[in-house]
Amino acid sequence: MADKQYDWAAIAKNPKFVELHHKKQAFLFGWWIFSSVYYFLLPIGAAYAPGLFKIKMIGVINFGYVFALSQFFVSWALALYYAHVANKDFDRLTRELIDELHL
Amino acid sequence: MTYKNFIIAASLTLTFAAAAFAEEPKTAPVAPGSTPAVSAPAAPGAAVVAAPGATTPAPAVAPPLAKKRELKANKVITLSMFAVIIGITLGVVVWAARQTKTAADFYAAGGGITGTQNGWAIAGDYMSAASFLGISGLISLYGYDGFMYSVGWLVAYITVLLIVAEPCRNAGKYTLGDILSFRTNPKPVRAVAAISTVAVSTFYLTAQMVGAGKLMALLVGVPYKTAIIGVGILMVGYVVFGGMTATTWVQIIKAGLLMSGAFLLSVLVLAKAGFNPIYFFETIVNSPDIQDHVSKLVLKDGITLNGIEAGQRFLEPGLFMKSPLDQISLGMALVLGTAGMPHILMRFFTVPTAQAARKSVIIAMFIIGGFYVLTTLLGFGAAVNLTPQGIISVDPGGNMATLMLAQQLGADIAPILGDLFLAFLCSVAFATILAVVSGLVLAASAAIAHDIWVNVVKDGHADQHEQVMAARITSLVVGVVGIGIGLMAEKANVAHLVALAFAVASSGNLPVVVLSLFWRKFNTAGVISGLVVGTVASIGLVMVSPNMTYPKLVAKGAEKIIVAMEKKQASGQVLTEKDTKALVKAQKDVLDKDGKSIMGLSEPILKLKNPGLISIPLGFIAAILGCLMFPNKRSEEMFDEVYVRQNTGLGMAKAIDH
Repeated sequence: MADKQYDWAAIAKNPKFVELHHKKQAFLFGWWIFSSVYYFLLPIGAAYAPGLFKIKMIGVINFGYVFALSQFFVSWALALYYAHVANKDFDRLTRELIDELHL
Repeated sequence: MTYKNFIIAASLTLTFAAAAFAEEPKTAPVAPGSTPAVSAPAAPGAAVVAAPGATTPAPAVAPPLAKKRELKANKVITLSMFAVIIGITLGVVVWAARQTKTAADFYAAGGGITGTQNGWAIAGDYMSAASFLGISGLISLYGYDGFMYSVGWLVAYITVLLIVAEPCRNAGKYTLGDILSFRTNPKPVRAVAAISTVAVSTFYLTAQMVGAGKLMALLVGVPYKTAIIGVGILMVGYVVFGGMTATTWVQIIKAGLLMSGAFLLSVLVLAKAGFNPIYFFETIVNSPDIQDHVSKLVLKDGITLNGIEAGQRFLEPGLFMKSPLDQISLGMALVLGTAGMPHILMRFFTVPTAQAARKSVIIAMFIIGGFYVLTTLLGFGAAVNLTPQGIISVDPGGNMATLMLAQQLGADIAPILGDLFLAFLCSVAFATILAVVSGLVLAASAAIAHDIWVNVVKDGHADQHEQVMAARITSLVVGVVGIGIGLMAEKANVAHLVALAFAVASSGNLPVVVLSLFWRKFNTAGVISGLVVGTVASIGLVMVSPNMTYPKLVAKGAEKIIVAMEKKQASGQVLTEKDTKALVKAQKDVLDKDGKSIMGLSEPILKLKNPGLISIPLGFIAAILGCLMFPNKRSEEMFDEVYVRQNTGLGMAKAIDH
């Protein structure tokens, strides 16, 4: 029950925290925008560029199919990439910050 | 006390199971093909995108008799499998009930779920019968568009992963209200957040309950009302006694069953194509039945396409989704709405750390994505092996495609295997329903008991015993109300409810969650205006959208059916049973020529089926404006605390150890 009192404002100004905050924000929002754009290309492309979607790539399998399938792989790849960066960078910075604060 | 209640519920449930066995249908199980064309049972998700002209099959394209198929599950095998699932899950409830002592146990399984377990549970919570049966059905009837539709359901998790999962784990406790009330005036914020949570959960729950009733009636011939009450009692039992622990394990079991079913079936489909994907796609393009089906589909748009070109068209977009704006709108609601779904948010409070929350989303993404990729095989496999005509003859919405495929491919090996496999997939559908509705009941109850009762009414002064009691009683009430709504909504049009749930989650909940976590200036006024405007706009826009029933438009359609039928009769043909039924229905519908929708409209004002495109920006704007109009210094000062907490997890002990 006994809560430790933290000086939140001081932690927020800690250079380690500022670094963590900047790195995270750039990564998260940047990749979120990338994934949204990539996703919305699918319905937009299907509606306005049907010719492109019809181009056959492997046998009867066309670009549209490959593109839709690629959405899955891009999402998975992004998830794994994020896990890699978060485990390596964000978690390390967080640990260093907490160590520095002697919490 | 708890034990006594528990024994009562367990015996009630067992009674139901026994009753289900004993219950022989008075009439023959629902005749195949007699599914009401408007209902598209159990696929509210599919109905969200139902394109104009796709919902009511014109009797003129009635399938040739040779293609007529039927789907009848072996009752004894199926109900035995149901009993096994009920037995296992009840065992889980007994075990979970023993561990559920505090509010944290009840709402968040004591924070003791691992990342991997939570990943499976998220997948189990998320994939409804509509995903399981509806999407493969869409693919089997409309090819590429069905596949494209499934993509958004996975991409939605990128938002969950990057934006909400970890901060919510670090900043929250049990509910949406906890996250939002951190640096705002807690009482009004909790009250509004609870209302929005209950609204989303109720919309989604009603759609699921009605779908469940219809699905069970269709599959095993259990009457609609019995099915609703049975599913309802189980759902209440899981939640009231086992809380989050039991709900989580029911969801994990369901996800496991679902994935094994989909995997097995996919292997059988691929085996038929000699494990050669290129050959598999060639069989689609070269299938004369698919070619014929596509020819008829495009003929409605005045396009003539035959032979191999028609077959190829099945792999191209535009057979089902004809309005690009609607698709974009739906995409927005999915991508932002999933991250605002209270029952999904709640799952992140069950893991001990942000790392575990991260891991759980990634695992869920692989399960959910893997499932949808397999769905392509199932959908196209059904189209090749059963023919679209055969699938339509059982259910015009295609919802039975997966189940028919299981029966057929199993029976190709040995007749008994067909029955077994079908029974197995029916039980997967059954487990799916149970898992999804339990998660929803838990989320709604948490909002009422934790936000409104404990924190608003009791000012947060309630001991553990009282909190758990409140949670149990609320779950019971929510469950009973859910059953009641399910019973009343049998004939109602529930297609709009899933659209509504996602619209409210994406336009009401998500903007305020994101702004609370990331915007220093955000405050009480912003939360309230954002939630209220987002929710009201979503509901209002859906009420005037094409999702509602417009008697005048129905009458117009009925007129056409009557003309077609009379023509058929005049040409000396005898009407089939199905045609006669359609004619009788049309003659009734046509009478309501000047009828209005429940909003008093003769036709939809808004063309969009999903209002996301308009309501999401409205929700964000309202939240931002509300906040700027009534600035609050304390909220701004507290941002440092929220921001440090959500990034580092500092002070989280407070959230776990109450």
